[in-house]
Amino acid sequence: MTWYIVRRIGQSVAVIVGVMILTFILVHLEPGSTARAVLGQKATPAKVAIFDNTYGLNRPLPVQFWLYCVHVVHGDFGISYVAGQPVSTLIAQRLPRDAVLIGISTVLALIIGVPMGLYQAIHRGTLRDDIVAGTWFTLYSAPDFMEALLLIAVFSVHFHVLQPSFTGGITSVGGLFADPNAMILPVIVLAINSVAGFSQYMRSSAIEELTQDYIRTARAKGLRERLILTRHLLRNALLPIITILGLSLPNIVAGAVIAEAIFNFPGMGLLFWQSALSHDFPVMLGATLIIGVATVLGNLAADIAYGVIDPRIRHAAG
Amino acid sequence: MQPAEHAAIAGSVGPAPEGGEVSSRTGGRSLALDDFLHNKRAMGGCMVVLLLILFCFVGPLIYGTNQTTVNLNLANLPPGGGHPLGTDEYGIDILGRLMVGGQSSLELGFAVAIISTVIGALYGAISGMIGGLVDAFLMRIVDTLLAVPTFILLLIVASMFTLNLLSIILLLSLLSWPYVSRLVRGQVLSLRTREFVQASTTMGSTRMRILFRHMMPNTFNIFIVTTTFAVADAIYSLSALSFLGLGPPPPFADWGTMLTNGVNDLFDSYPWEVYPALIALVVTVLAFRQIGDALNDIASARSTR
Repeated sequence: MTWYIVRRIGQSVAVIVGVMILTFILVHLEPGSTARAVLGQKATPAKVAIFDNTYGLNRPLPVQFWLYCVHVVHGDFGISYVAGQPVSTLIAQRLPRDAVLIGISTVLALIIGVPMGLYQAIHRGTLRDDIVAGTWFTLYSAPDFMEALLLIAVFSVHFHVLQPSFTGGITSVGGLFADPNAMILPVIVLAINSVAGFSQYMRSSAIEELTQDYIRTARAKGLRERLILTRHLLRNALLPIITILGLSLPNIVAGAVIAEAIFNFPGMGLLFWQSALSHDFPVMLGATLIIGVATVLGNLAADIAYGVIDPRIRHAAG
Repeated sequence: MQPAEHAAIAGSVGPAPEGGEVSSRTGGRSLALDDFLHNKRAMGGCMVVLLLILFCFVGPLIYGTNQTTVNLNLANLPPGGGHPLGTDEYGIDILGRLMVGGQSSLELGFAVAIISTVIGALYGAISGMIGGLVDAFLMRIVDTLLAVPTFILLLIVASMFTLNLLSIILLLSLLSWPYVSRLVRGQVLSLRTREFVQASTTMGSTRMRILFRHMMPNTFNIFIVTTTFAVADAIYSLSALSFLGLGPPPPFADWGTMLTNGVNDLFDSYPWEVYPALIALVVTVLAFRQIGDALNDIASARSTR
């Protein structure tokens, strides 16, 4: 187990370096020069030269990459072209709000998806299974931005019960909860996206577990079906969901960009979208790096948790 | 595996020459085709896709409309009369636009799915075949690309350059192969220990021969499934990109652009400008996912048989 964790941490470090190389390459893909982007098109060549010298932009690429790594490790992601503030400050303000949004919606998706998958597994191959699967597949296949807009059309425009978007000026995490009404639609839209995945994995995992001997033993010794399902099946079938949680983080983040853009949610997704529209590259790349690192750490945590919970993995890996 | 076990298995299939194996493999393949033809979901999905292709590519030949000039006299007409689905804010016929928009959506979906699957399958198979440090290195590249959401990378590049359909196809293909490669690599790794591959190695087959003769046909199940899902994902990505205002500029048309233009009209009570594109998008994505899901079922049923 220790060796397994060490190996996984080693892999994760390699991937984080990979993500840094990727964002570094993207910085250099940026059309035009960084100096002109910051100083303006009318900057004199002398000013550009001074700027390049100050930020090391005239150094060889490997040296620049080293400087980039040093800056990133010190939490320096550059200065936003548009806001004029450090990118790290902009991201640090928004990250906790995203943790709240993604956290709540993922928990909601699990609360819906897990029992749904279990229900489908128990009634597999019947009409009930097909109806549940069909419904979630349709919701999953519809573009999330359209679901968001249709929900706004129904609940905000037609019935006037829910707020269609966040009002500006939220400065703290607590500010989100000052207006719980505005949270409902973004949370629902994000949750809808994840439910289909969770319930389908839960379904196939539960179907596999149902064929195991311990279920037959439990039935043979006359255990009530309810107990078999909750005490034996649920626990074992839940295990693969941990891995799926880690793996689905990039998808959830991508969904969050769209949902935040629609609902004006003051998080990283909205920041990212606005930066994309205004060509604010330092912000986009800083956010990308944070998302990449978060995904890697999420997967690592999921794998370690899986190993800790499942003794078969723990012992097999030594 | 123990040597004794090895011998036992080798003994049981020992007399069968290579020719015998090949015939059984073609037998297996037609069996899969048979499963596919008798699977209602797969055939239903295929029918829908076929109808969509006919609608988008043959439709405009039969139902000719003006898709280029703006005519404000005809703007926002409700369905009926000469326009079965009404017109949009520029007076352009929506049924005709649905066909033209569908062309770019379908072209993109198929192109990205095929290119990214080929890249991913080859990359994963080669990585798994070589193994060792090279494999570890190649897989960290895959992990890196999987760690950052494809859609985020797409948004970054879209904000740097003005994209057209071809560049989006190339970009999405370059970004969406890692998932396929990881699955194919896993399959190749498990195939490497199988008797028929070891037998082939003992007979002196080159790595290339093993790769294309034994590995690729046996990973077919995996990448045919991911290909169908990739079509759906690519079509969705383009529509989301257009929705966020970072898609190709007009006169480019796809279903996502139609949705975006129609969004304001949803609240202005011109619902016919939104729903046709929405329904087309959902039906297409759903059809491809159904085919993929059915193929997945067939593959897993066959592996347990």
